[in-house]
Amino acid sequence: MDEKRVKCGAGSEDRMDSPAVNKLSGEKEPVLKIEHMSISFTQYDRGMRQVSLPVIRDLDVEVHAGEMVAVVGSSGSGKSLLAHGVMGVLPYNAAMDGRITYCGEELTRERIEKLRGREIVLVPQSIAFLNPLMKIGPQICKGDKRASAREKLRSIFKRYELDERVGNLYPFELSGGMNRRVLISTALMEEPKLVIADEPTPGLDLAVAKRAMAHFRELADMGAGVLVITHDLELALEVADRIAVFYAGATVEEAPVQDFQDEDSLRHPYTKALWRAMPQHGFHYIEGAQPYVKDLPAGCSFAPRCPQCGPECAREIAYRAVRGGKVRCVRGK
Amino acid sequence: MNRQRVIFFGKNIIRALLLVVCVSMITFALMKASPVDPLQANVGQAALGSMSQEQKEKLQAYWGVDTPPVEQYLSWAKDFIRGDMGVSLLYRQPVASVIAVKLANSLFLMALAWVISGILGFALGVISGMNRGKPADHVIRGYCLVISSTPVFWLALLLLMIFGVWLHIFPIGLSVPIGVEASGVTLADRLYHAFLPALTLSITGVSNIALHTREKMIDIMESDYMLFARMRGEKGWRLFRYYGFRNVLFPAVTLQFASISEIFGGSVLVEQVFSYPGLGQAAVSAGLGSDMPLLMAVTIVSALFVFGGNLTANLLYGVIDPRVRQGGKAK
Repeated sequence: MDEKRVKCGAGSEDRMDSPAVNKLSGEKEPVLKIEHMSISFTQYDRGMRQVSLPVIRDLDVEVHAGEMVAVVGSSGSGKSLLAHGVMGVLPYNAAMDGRITYCGEELTRERIEKLRGREIVLVPQSIAFLNPLMKIGPQICKGDKRASAREKLRSIFKRYELDERVGNLYPFELSGGMNRRVLISTALMEEPKLVIADEPTPGLDLAVAKRAMAHFRELADMGAGVLVITHDLELALEVADRIAVFYAGATVEEAPVQDFQDEDSLRHPYTKALWRAMPQHGFHYIEGAQPYVKDLPAGCSFAPRCPQCGPECAREIAYRAVRGGKVRCVRGK
Repeated sequence: MNRQRVIFFGKNIIRALLLVVCVSMITFALMKASPVDPLQANVGQAALGSMSQEQKEKLQAYWGVDTPPVEQYLSWAKDFIRGDMGVSLLYRQPVASVIAVKLANSLFLMALAWVISGILGFALGVISGMNRGKPADHVIRGYCLVISSTPVFWLALLLLMIFGVWLHIFPIGLSVPIGVEASGVTLADRLYHAFLPALTLSITGVSNIALHTREKMIDIMESDYMLFARMRGEKGWRLFRYYGFRNVLFPAVTLQFASISEIFGGSVLVEQVFSYPGLGQAAVSAGLGSDMPLLMAVTIVSALFVFGGNLTANLLYGVIDPRVRQGGKAK
């Protein structure tokens, strides 16, 4: 794994060299590596009792240059916090633990503050994340009025087929179709090595959602590492290289996208249940709902809904490597 | 667009007229219901006792004691509509000219206090909100809470005692030096005399503006667009300049113009303490001396002022917020 390192921090030219080679190969240092990430909130329960709410308990994922990885989990399961955690903008009452490595070096607080908005960019989920009182153009350029910035903006607009007049609009004047392209434009002002897309397709019709995903695929093909956080497994399967499945605060499986062609090549019962829930695989559903973080069962959090649950599932389950993927299940093969 | 504007102004003019009618009626009714006896208040118990019945009747006619209230109000209103605000019973001058002099004095004082408290309050509120929970925030919030729970007249007395009586740095009252001809009064003299009252009004005005601005700033700091701006590497001054400023300016401007009423209210007390001959003091003496025409005029002028402030805030919405400015165009 450590044989060769991606040269992070260098110019953009070395990002462009045949990303297909390092894709999935694992021969290079990943751009982003998250190990055992946990994020918990301190809250006041009844009266003055402080309780800690572990929204993310154990999350592992890695993204290589030129690769697109999707973290898939149901809505409201706290996936967005993963992005906030990496970007170093968690609210004051949140505590993060675990290890985040960026290009082989630990991503410390000081480091992310220097890198965010430059090498590491996030594309937000809606235009509510844009300043409502600032025009699109200056906003994408972060107020930079130099000719180089304006030139760059023009080329980005051209790339996404946005009219130049869009730069003079306010966020509230954008049409639904423009929103996604404007948001992704913010990522391209710099030369990002890591792009995190937080829920890029909420409430979009299929055609627009597919186009939005395709834009992120392009960024990966240009050489950046792309981490997409989404609830839409079907869309993710179309564009991503690898899928990490997030359930009840932890990643339960990480699998190359090819493994989703067949139920048997998947490793975790929850992933299999997701697979069977897809329309083309019969629309099957399983009983129950994700447990609330406050009342998680001991051991495997999927145990109450799992058809193969046995006594050994009550113990702490390790996240282990299986067939080029990873699984958090004692039976995963 | 043009038609909309006409409707907008038409509506506001009607509102202003209704306001004047209501304020004048209520003022009149309150004045009539007040226990102050105009004769006793202005002539004095002793002098009244030594007067003949004839003299008393003359005075009663002068202060309008015998005229039925409704008739009195209507005759005042008739004159007022024609532009005649009547003659002040206390000053024995046309109300219009009394108001003109007092208003000029007060405006000077209030404008000074309004600008200082507005700018200072905004700055403090922003600093406090952006540094929530840090020492700067604690200091500013502490100051604001202490000041906003301090009665304004008490603060005025305190400043007067310290700077006027003990230290002799500032005059103890009035708006111009004593014993100087009106033509000999300089702007410096006026500023010198307005300083303490304006300071009092500013100090109290700041806390309100700062606390409200702080709340708004905290909301903005927690907004999605601030979060995203931070994720794009923005911080400190740039974060405020490009993302916070306009967003916090919008509520702050509203607040600032709405605060005219508070400055007005505060000036009544402050002018009284500093014997500053402004509109506030005129209101107090007119009220205590049953000078109906003057009091009516003062309240109406004040009401129109506050109304004007709120209207200005409304109009400025359009200038600052593109969503309001272009709301009409989109349709």
